[in-house]
Order: sequence, then structure tokens, then C-alpha cells
Amino acid sequence: MKIAVLIKQVPSSEARIRLAADGRSIDPADTEFVVNPYDEFAMEAALQAKEKFGGEIVVIGLGSAKVDEALRTCLALGADKAVALKDDAFLGSDSLGAARILSTVVKRESADLVLCGKLAIDFENAAVGPMVAELLDFPHVSVVSALEFSDETHATVTREIEGGTESLEVQLPAVLTATKGLNEPRYAALKGIMMAKKKPLESPSAADLGIDVSLVGTAAALTTITTLEPPPERAAGQVIDGDPAEMVAKLVGYLKDEAKVL
Amino acid sequence: MAKTILVFGEQRGGALKKSVLELVGLGSDLADGGTVNVVLPGASIGAAAEQLSSAGAAVHTTEDASLEYAAPEAYCAQIEAAIEAVSPDVVLFSATAMGRDLAPRIAARMGAGFVSECLALESAGDGFAAKKSMYGGKVNATVTSKPGAKLVATIKPGAHAPAGAGSGTVAPLALKSPAALRAKVTGLSTVESDRPDLQEAGTIVSGGRGLKAAENFQLVEDLAKVLGAALGASRAIVDAGWVPHHYQVGQTGTTVSPKLYIAIGISGAIQHLAGMRTSGCIVAINKDSEAPIFKVADFGLVGDAFEIVPLLKEELAKVV
Repeated sequence: MKIAVLIKQVPSSEARIRLAADGRSIDPADTEFVVNPYDEFAMEAALQAKEKFGGEIVVIGLGSAKVDEALRTCLALGADKAVALKDDAFLGSDSLGAARILSTVVKRESADLVLCGKLAIDFENAAVGPMVAELLDFPHVSVVSALEFSDETHATVTREIEGGTESLEVQLPAVLTATKGLNEPRYAALKGIMMAKKKPLESPSAADLGIDVSLVGTAAALTTITTLEPPPERAAGQVIDGDPAEMVAKLVGYLKDEAKVL
Repeated sequence: MAKTILVFGEQRGGALKKSVLELVGLGSDLADGGTVNVVLPGASIGAAAEQLSSAGAAVHTTEDASLEYAAPEAYCAQIEAAIEAVSPDVVLFSATAMGRDLAPRIAARMGAGFVSECLALESAGDGFAAKKSMYGGKVNATVTSKPGAKLVATIKPGAHAPAGAGSGTVAPLALKSPAALRAKVTGLSTVESDRPDLQEAGTIVSGGRGLKAAENFQLVEDLAKVLGAALGASRAIVDAGWVPHHYQVGQTGTTVSPKLYIAIGISGAIQHLAGMRTSGCIVAINKDSEAPIFKVADFGLVGDAFEIVPLLKEELAKVV
């Protein structure tokens, strides 16, 4: 089975986000970047599928020069090769531009299964997975929390919906977007980290991939982030004193009469 | 300039999702005199169609047994049929499991701009401007679309008031079969719960590590029951396996904004705070007076949750 895993490098969920002077991007200095947490579930699902069926995992990342770190992490986990997409022509792509670039590589790799996270925790668009599926004319299932293969071309999947789950039968090739609960991502072993250094990591240009640069990057973007702002500060609250019974009596009074939320 | 709007009419089992009426309301604002259309595919949609036309929408219904479940390929084919019929400038979906699933696929099919999880969307010149949260609530963003470009957007439930009464129309739209149906929905299973959904709840009671053990989450459940509240949790206790992951509030869980948020034994990791800081009123109960949660709380109770929460439950039971 040929498996493509699409990953993004994002600031860690524990990172404080500082805004850059341009008012529309973040200042990456001193910020810890990690593989997008939901992509880790996708990566683990790929490793399990390869363990079952054999084959090859190609991990594909779109981003700045730093994306190599995230790709090396995935190689250390057991991906066989990596593709870093960091041609300047790709910068400023919107979701559809990103999906055009990624789907070109998935097609070149003739992947049978495409896995990615349900969303990236930076821009939270949750768009790329279904868009890649559409551009490749693959079916997709988003927010997958359980995955079972009946054979190499059919899978039973469970996706999360409000207050429950939906079950689907999906025929490969397909795009699946992973959520928490799908599996327990493994950690890279020292041996894997050593081996990762010798695995292929290529950085093809737009021209190498035959991508029409008028369809990607800033100029083609139909949506743009125009401002980023910190959320408004919350006004200082009050600490309620007393023994537990007094605290509770005061709190209920405040909730009822002051905050009017009961 | 008048714009043509298409709203995706989300329903399950014939029950219209409440937020679709909010999309019709938002659509009327954006339409500037243009038409607000709703595409409504399903297996049993008569009542939903009535509800939408009474809100002033031009409803395009396709009723067919094959549309009982929202298989993406089948539903996208039907939405595409509506797009061909009305040529919308904007297509609106609710930011729900179904809307999030279908909207990006439709945007790619149309070659349209895409923005998701909008808290607000308005016309800006010949384009649109959307407000949304990014980085798990740590940043507020404005996203604008290119002038003249078509736009597909998902809108957070509750972001707009529902449409008022109006007189619309209902007309059938022919069934358009997808070229292939390779992802088939075989069934739904709902988790038995009398608690509301985390994202839609007006009140949330949330628990964390300070509860000390999985069985003590019962304290949170008991209080939530009195308040008719949804259940939330910190990442720490989700990762520890005390509660299911769909309880998780924060950047790698659900970002919430209820009227009242009660945090019990939650110290307040940055990703948790970002995910709930827009709540109307925040109450924190924690024994550590230095816990970061107190920096965002309107009312802080420093003390033992095992003493305070049962008393709070009793007092609240008297007033709600």
C-alpha cells in the first residue's frame, strides 16, 4: 500500500503566540514548533496500515525551511521518504492553493491512501483534506476516530459528529482526516532517529512538479489574513473569601444578581 | 450590490439544524436585496422546507431515500446542482460536523475562496470580511476575500440571529446522482446523554486534575445535571483516560464560549485558557491560589473542590 501523509508544522499548543510587527502574522522567534497534533494521529494510522499491508509511506509537508524538522520527525517514526514543499512560489497560498500543491505530489506518488489531521491548530481551516480529495476525485471521510481495513482497498471508518458517531464504508484510494482517539501515536526510537538521517528528503520546486504558479501562492489566493489581534483582555475578577458555605452563598448571589447567568 | 446567497440546509432525520435559520438571517444581510436560497437534500424534508420558507428563503428541495445520510459525494452532487441552478456569490454552511465535511469540497469544486469557523461575515467592498479565531483562541483574525471572488464559508452556530418571519418559496430540484459513491454512510450511533453538546451549550461545567481520580468526575456530572450544563474537561484528564476526548476544551479539543463556564480543579494550561476565555462568566474552583485559571476567572473560589462543589450543587438546585 502506498500511503501519503500530509503534515504541517505549527506552534505547539502550549506556546504563547506573539504577533509580528506587520499585524497580520505571528512572530516565530522563541516559539516551539511541532508536527500538528492531529497529523500525529494520521502518521500513526499510516504506520499501522504499513505494518498490516506492507508498502511505503511518503510524508509531505508544505511550509518554510523549518518544515524539514517536522518531516525528519516523521521519518524517525517510520516514514520511508519525505517531500518538503518550500518553493517561494508556494508562499501565501490559501487553502485551495495548498491543496493544489499537495494533491500534485500525492498524484505523482500514486498514493492509495492519503492521511492528514482533521485541522491544523494554527489557522484552523480544516480544509486541505477534503479539498485534496476533491482535486484528485477521491472520496474522503473527515474527523475519523476509528479505522479498520477489511482488505487493501476497503475500510470501515467511524467519524465523530455532534453527540455521536457516523459509520462509513470507504473504497480506496481515499483521503481520511484524523482526530484524537484514532490511535495512540508512538514516540520515535533512537534507532529510528539515526535511520531518519539517511532517508531521502527531497525539496522539489514548482517547476519540478509541473505546478502552474499562477494557481498557487499569494497572487492566486482568494482569501487572505488581513489582521491578527490578541483577544481582548478579561477584566480582573474577584476572589470570594470565607469558609466553603460562605463562598458558595456569595457565589450563587453574584451569579444570580450580578452576572445574571442563572 | 445585490448578491445571490446559497445556504446549505442541514438536517438529520428530517429535523432542521437550528443554525440553518441563522445562516438564512446572515444570508439576508449579505444579499443586499438579492435572493437567499437554501439547498435542502434529504430523505424526509417536508417540515424543514416549510420552516425555511416561513423564514423567507427560496428553498430547493431534493427528497430521495438515497439522501438519508450525508455521504459527501452524494450531498456535494446535490449542492453542485443548486449552484448550477442559482449561481451563488456566497455559499454558507454551519460549522458543524456535516458542514465542515462538505464545505471545503464544494469550495474546491467551485474554485472559490474558503473561510471557516466564522464568528462574523460581512460585505467589504466587492469582497467579504470574516472574523474568526485562530491558534486555539489565542489570536483573533480578520480574513478577507478577493474582490469579485466567490466565497464558501462555514459559520459558527450562534454567530448570527436567526432569520425572522418571511414568505419564501419551496421548489423541487432534480436529484443529481454523484459520478461515484465510494464513501457510503452505513449508520449513525448517538451517545446516550442527557447533557447538551459542548459547542452549543449555554453553561459548561468542566473538570481537571484537581479531581484526583477518574471516579471523582461524578462531582462535575452532578453539578452539570443541576444546571442543565454540558460536560467539559482539561486535556490532562482526557489524556489520562478519565473521560472521552470529545469532552476536551481547548486548542486540541473544542473552543467554547458559553454564558457560564465553571472550572473545577483545572489549573489553566495556556491552551485550555485560550479555548474558553471568551465565555461570558467564568467561575474557577481550585485549591491553588496561584493557578493561572484565576487570571481569567470572574469569580474565584480558592479551596477544596470536594467540599465546595457539593454545597454549590445544593445551593444552585434551590435557584435554578
